[in-house]
Amino acid sequence: MTKTAHDFAKASAKALGDRQSRAILHKAIGHIRVLRQRSVNAMPDFAERQARAVAVRDNTLAKLPELLEKLEASVTAVGGRVHYAETAASAASLVTAILSERGAKLVVKGKSMVSEEMGLNEVLEAAGIEAVETDLGEYIIQLAGQRPSHILAPALHVSKEQVSDLFARKFGRTSTDIPEMTRIARDSLRQKFLAADAGITGCNIAIAETGTVTVLENEGNIRLSGSCPPIHIALMTLEKVVETLADAAVVLDILPPAATGQTLPVHLSFFTGARREGERDGPQEMHLVILDNGRSDILADPKLRSILRCIRCGACLNVCPVYQSVGGHAYGTVYPGPMGSVISPLLKDNPGDPRQPFACTHCAACSEACPAGIDHPALLQELRRRVSETETDLPVAAFSLLARHPLLFGGAAAVGRLFDPKLREVAAVAPDAPVGRFLRCREFPGLARPFSRRFKALARRLKRLQGGRA
Amino acid sequence: MEAFLFIPCLVEHVLPHVGEATTAVLVRAGVTPTLPKGQTCCGQFAYKRGRADLVRPLARRFVEIFQDAPAVVCPSGSCTAMVRRYPSLFAEDDPFREQAAQVAAKTFELGQFLVERLGLTDLGARCDLTAALHGSCQTTRVLGAGSATEALLAKVAGLTLVPLARPERCCGFGGAFSIDYPEASEAIVAEKIDDIVASGAEAVITAEPSCLLNIASAMAKRDLPIRALHLAEVLAGEGI
Ligand code: SF4
Repeated sequence: MTKTAHDFAKASAKALGDRQSRAILHKAIGHIRVLRQRSVNAMPDFAERQARAVAVRDNTLAKLPELLEKLEASVTAVGGRVHYAETAASAASLVTAILSERGAKLVVKGKSMVSEEMGLNEVLEAAGIEAVETDLGEYIIQLAGQRPSHILAPALHVSKEQVSDLFARKFGRTSTDIPEMTRIARDSLRQKFLAADAGITGCNIAIAETGTVTVLENEGNIRLSGSCPPIHIALMTLEKVVETLADAAVVLDILPPAATGQTLPVHLSFFTGARREGERDGPQEMHLVILDNGRSDILADPKLRSILRCIRCGACLNVCPVYQSVGGHAYGTVYPGPMGSVISPLLKDNPGDPRQPFACTHCAACSEACPAGIDHPALLQELRRRVSETETDLPVAAFSLLARHPLLFGGAAAVGRLFDPKLREVAAVAPDAPVGRFLRCREFPGLARPFSRRFKALARRLKRLQGGRA
Repeated sequence: MEAFLFIPCLVEHVLPHVGEATTAVLVRAGVTPTLPKGQTCCGQFAYKRGRADLVRPLARRFVEIFQDAPAVVCPSGSCTAMVRRYPSLFAEDDPFREQAAQVAAKTFELGQFLVERLGLTDLGARCDLTAALHGSCQTTRVLGAGSATEALLAKVAGLTLVPLARPERCCGFGGAFSIDYPEASEAIVAEKIDDIVASGAEAVITAEPSCLLNIASAMAKRDLPIRALHLAEVLAGEGI
């Protein structure tokens, strides 16, 4: 590796300094939280839906190679073409090659995290192909030259006012009225849809038996991207496949409620192959690019494979106290939050901070919220174990050693008590020492005369009191 | 009945009054508490750093100390959850796993012990306060003992509980997290305190000493006149 690894601690401290972004994020997440609670509360059978979804996802993981073969056969049978890519970089060049060979100059894109994983836009740009994001949030991010901060709502960290300023700069036309702002974006995007040589979309669920690419959205831009231009390229990671249409329905039962609190999204598209003889519309060519990027290895790893159940609903991000405070960019990876902290370090490209699994308060809100039944705390624990194996953690080792010897343990605390008044000063003198870091926002609690030395007298007194009462 | 007290290191050295209140509550519940010698730390700190190897010797010590206990009671949800996890640290075919499982099965967080084991919710406690409950993540989600805390508090005379805007939200301590990521930890605890202030509570109650310490010392830094109380202190009332 030539690049130095990302440092989440530094990046998050910086992000936390940006009060404005924090306030925006806070408001947006609060909103999602209310929506989700409302929908889950209105769904008395949420737990059963969840159990069915977990079973479908586990079926996928149990039969993945077989299902992928089936998917390939089905897609081919309906006039599509399947391409496999082992790394993000090879996937990006594969897509670029498909487009260049056909002389494509303009591509419209529906929101796809896999495309982010491939760094596709940069690669296309280098090849002289203009790629326009058409999801409103993603479009805003592209105009602003940023990266998505949430896997579902890429512009979660941007306020209405900031978008308004951005539009004024980019289009010379703006508003703070949301319908009007949407109209401005739409005016610019419509031209692109009509002129595009190809459309690139993601894929929420690929159905092996029918060769169908299923996509959920609220804006309609993905449906246009996949049906309007002459070429449709859908991008997926290999675990997105399910066996049957009925299995897809089971996932659809749970994905929108967990993601946005909706029972169904506004648009639910099933793309099945290219235009057939006698059909009047639809793309003439359909390609499905299936990216691995380390996922085969995860599948082969029994302790971690359950992360591949993920259906990318974003719920774990929305409840994570760390994500909620620092926002998505601090992670420096495509996938932030709890699911990202598990999967990013396992990906071949852009794994982020190797210590990411440690940036966790162990609150388990993620696993409680996850519709796919992923036990993030256990997976993060396993990842921490693997990182710890390779390093010496002196303070932890010393503390554990002391804890094996009660006399030493008690002795160390007694020494601490001796210096107690001085310890209070640590925050001022050494703000970067462990105690100092803890004390930046906290008053020193002080070490007290141990409980064990008080117990005998207390027990005696309580007994007397109790006797008096009886 | 008799119960062995399992006193977390944080309670032993920093919050001994929580241990005292726990003792008083048990006596009030008709339980005779015993304090076995030689307790240190359950190893949670090392565990969360991914160092189960450093926890195993501590688990062995713990099992040795507590194996003869009729029941083990601890005023901490997170330390109880750690002990409940001990068996999983040993291989399936390791005979020690079974021994650890026996001790884990009889180890309870204080509220859990009173409600689930003794079937008690009303201890005749009185506490004239308007308070908010911080249901610690480890006690509620990890250990699953949140409803016991709530049931006990519901029976405290004079206590008015006010809801927090985000009751399920973590306080941002997370053990080493607060040292490794002080800025994020500070931001999270600040939001917790904002919620407590907004609730109008005079006190915040929790069944977890580490949350108690985190919230109390951060509130002290802000000079807030809000008290932070452990569940045991509320249940002990004037008992000590
Ligand atoms: S890990 Fe679970 S909660 Fe998080 S995005 Fe994936 S499915 Fe949703």
